[in-house]
Amino acid sequence: MTKKAFIKVTLKEEVLDPQGKAVLSVLKSSGYDNVKDVRVGKYIELEIDRDNFPSIEKLKNEVEEISDKVLSNPLIEEYSIELK
Amino acid sequence: MENKKIKAGITVFPGSNCDYDVYRVLNEIFGVRASFIWHKDEVKKLGGFDFIVIPGGFSYGDYLRSGALAARSPVMEYVKDYAERSGIVLGICNGFQILLEAGILDGVMLANISLKFECKDVYLKTLNFDSPFTCAIKKDCVLKLPIAHHDGNFFAADGTIDRLNKNGSIIFKYCDREGNITAGSNPNGSLYNIAGISNKTFNVAGLMPHPERSSEKILGSQDGGYVFKSIIKYIKEK
Repeated sequence: MTKKAFIKVTLKEEVLDPQGKAVLSVLKSSGYDNVKDVRVGKYIELEIDRDNFPSIEKLKNEVEEISDKVLSNPLIEEYSIELK
Repeated sequence: MENKKIKAGITVFPGSNCDYDVYRVLNEIFGVRASFIWHKDEVKKLGGFDFIVIPGGFSYGDYLRSGALAARSPVMEYVKDYAERSGIVLGICNGFQILLEAGILDGVMLANISLKFECKDVYLKTLNFDSPFTCAIKKDCVLKLPIAHHDGNFFAADGTIDRLNKNGSIIFKYCDREGNITAGSNPNGSLYNIAGISNKTFNVAGLMPHPERSSEKILGSQDGGYVFKSIIKYIKEK
């Protein structure tokens, strides 16, 4: 049986996001004046072998480790995990 | 120049594209015996190098984050170990990004503030003349080197910057032609105009500009050659 992990990686609030700023300026010039700010992040899906973990907690720990060590750079990014 | 006794290793990842430039400059211009290290090479085959260069390029297509995937490939374990044993490691451009992602150097690269790929000559001021990467640079000499990157906007927490400053680990800053560190001479938004840093013990350095593209007269500047001359001088005098 496999389990899916959905991970969103976003820049920390205090880190300037030039990509978001560029999208914001395009939205503004396209007439979408209601948009006040844009932040661009990443979305990652992992498919994980559930059977190799004694508990869902342990599986989640591994996803957290992967997110900390590889998928995000903790200096500038944070992440959220959803398991399904 | 003859430096046949000095052996250099150049790491190669899928997507490295300045590897042959470094190879040519080290072998042809500076007479060093340089060879390539494929990223999957066995660790035990890699002993005996006097220094390692991690060249520029787009390792792994810059997927995830610039340098992130290369930083986790097998050869980097060797480089980490080599650095911990005081081995000299120079990361250029993407090589700098890889060293940051591997945690061998402190800080992180954000996208250039312009969001553009910046490809042009810049001027550099050297702030520390004692490191293996700068010991052959003349004091008060402003260097002209090219940059070519999208993610060169160096960022680190205030505490990290303080530590780098106090230690003398900020070795290059972007400046104008006269050597003034100004906002206008900063090509990418890098914090405090930082262009190159070293680790605490000065045996590892990363810089965004390309010394290998400015070591021959025909390429418009030979100033980058001072970085390689420094490494060679340091090794010879060691």
